[in-house]
Amino acid sequence: MKQFHIPMPVRYGMNTILIIALLLVGHLLMESGVLPRAHANNVIQVGFFIILAVSLNLTAGYLGQLPLGHAGFMAVGAYVGAIFWRSGLLPDGASIVVGLLFAGLVAALFGVMIGIPALRLRGDYLAIITLGFGEMIRVLINNIPTVTGGAQGLLGIPRHSSFLVVYICVVITCVAVHMLMKSRHGRAILSIRENEIAAESCGINTTYYKVMAFAFSAFFAGVAGALFAGNLGILVPGEFGFMTSINILMIVVLGGMGSMAGAVIAAAILTSLPLVMQGLAHFHVISYLPGASEHIVRYILQWIAQHRMIIYALLLIIAMIAKPTGLLGNYDFSLSRILEKLIRRRNVGKAEKGGADHG
Amino acid sequence: MLKITNMNVYYGNIYAIKDVSFDVGEGEIVTLIGANGAGKSTILKTISGLLRSKTGSISFAGEEISHTASHTIVKRGLAHVPEGRRVFLQMSVKENLEMGHYTQPGGTMDERIAQVYDKFPRLKERRRQLAGTLSGGEQQMLAMGRALMSRPKLLMLDEPSMGLAPLLVEQIFEIIKELNAAGVTILLVEQNANMALAVAHRGYVLETGRIVTTDNAAALLQDDAVRKAYLGG
Ligand SMILES: Nc1ncnc2c1ncn2[C@@H]1O[C@H](COP(=O)(O)OP(=O)(O)OP(=O)(O)O)[C@@H](O)[C@H]1O
Ligand SMILES: [Mg+2]
Repeated sequence: MKQFHIPMPVRYGMNTILIIALLLVGHLLMESGVLPRAHANNVIQVGFFIILAVSLNLTAGYLGQLPLGHAGFMAVGAYVGAIFWRSGLLPDGASIVVGLLFAGLVAALFGVMIGIPALRLRGDYLAIITLGFGEMIRVLINNIPTVTGGAQGLLGIPRHSSFLVVYICVVITCVAVHMLMKSRHGRAILSIRENEIAAESCGINTTYYKVMAFAFSAFFAGVAGALFAGNLGILVPGEFGFMTSINILMIVVLGGMGSMAGAVIAAAILTSLPLVMQGLAHFHVISYLPGASEHIVRYILQWIAQHRMIIYALLLIIAMIAKPTGLLGNYDFSLSRILEKLIRRRNVGKAEKGGADHG
Repeated sequence: MLKITNMNVYYGNIYAIKDVSFDVGEGEIVTLIGANGAGKSTILKTISGLLRSKTGSISFAGEEISHTASHTIVKRGLAHVPEGRRVFLQMSVKENLEMGHYTQPGGTMDERIAQVYDKFPRLKERRRQLAGTLSGGEQQMLAMGRALMSRPKLLMLDEPSMGLAPLLVEQIFEIIKELNAAGVTILLVEQNANMALAVAHRGYVLETGRIVTTDNAAALLQDDAVRKAYLGG
């Protein structure tokens, strides 16, 4: 029996409708003021962490390297975007687009620069050199205060990171990474993770593809950085330390190396965790708990909200023991595939019934 | 078709290949035999550009390739099936073959895959299976099939019989002969000197990085020294 497949145009149509519906719902929620400020801000943050995680997933997941300097690329994008926006060279609408592109491109340039020497190295060495790069960027930003504001920070950055802008960037990032990975270039990148020598003996230019993956990854990290700047309105170099890189890596590992859906879900969960715990702590149901347990539960929830790094670390350890491949492994979510499965199952059910009728 | 002159390869300060020269003519099957550690794999890796020779030249189909990147060498029609069956374990059989077609123009893939399935019917049965779950022999077939996807003029095989049951070894050598009859030149590295010399036209004997003997395969099979060292008496 020929398996049922949803035709390509319908798939695209379905996904487009889903994306637009989400946009409308999100936009309504955010702009109508129904959501409290903290929650709205959390949504925006989830947005740039999705971009950061999905972009890091390119190198850490699909390419199978272990870069520890993602915050460095983010920092480059953040400052480039912020400085460009502050300059006010272009009218607002154009300025947003050009600033984001510019931030991405400069970060990508750094990606290539770090990529070429770093990718001759492997494993631990690559991790160390990218870690060094991230720190170097931070120190550099600290030491050119005339351009970056140094440790005092860069103030008065136009607040360009509306929900709409962030959402569009998230969608573009996910679609671009998805298409890249479905293309023959994506296959080449995956084959390097699988077996570099075999990839080379298939005629794949492994150095080229590694640098390309790094450049793409850095580009989107740069865009996320600019969004970050346009959300806060102020930048200090301390934001882009080693812990931020680790944070992003943790999202990727928890979501599943090489799963975009995993990266998206893990970014949403981990970023929202403090807010959700805080919310639960104030949830009135808790006051119905008997005696001292009410205080204990509330205390625990608040403690979790304030010590998220400890919780992340615990989650990571648990994940490594329970499911080393992360939340989703390298499974990727596809609306059409799920529908196809449902439809197939129903058809099989019908066919069986039909058979029974005959017999 | 392939001509190696004065190849000298070092691993750090280990001198692995010492002034090796040999050639492979178009349409030939040539075998390199030698004990463990003699340097057979090192020579193949150097030809395919994964390692570099300090001196000398490697010319393939009239072109110098001793400084060419290894992925470019594949495009020129020289395929290498490395030791230890390096297949993509997390990809299916079919995806592995598709990767082998990477250097080729897009439209010809399905036809080429069909040809490989013809040669290796077992791969067709297993086309959806992950390569990592194939048996050793099936992985060897897959590694060869993947190399064939790039339509090589010269195929270098590094110990294709390693760890295979006798029946399968014979099958693999049968296929090597067929490929050669179909016009593919073959450079074969083997521990299994008996089998290798049975299919090859000529052979070179390698000892600790040096070529010590060369002759027709039939003559090598009769050579007393070779029989003692590599053919079990
Ligand atoms: N990466 C390496 N670093 C250092 N020495 C190496 C390396 N690879 C191989 N050698 C050495 O070079 C010599 C030749 O190795 P090679 O793998 O070419 O042998 P071989 O003839 O293929 O042996 P086998 O039949 O066991 O596969 C050996 O002495 C080996 O120890
Ligand atoms: Mg060997």
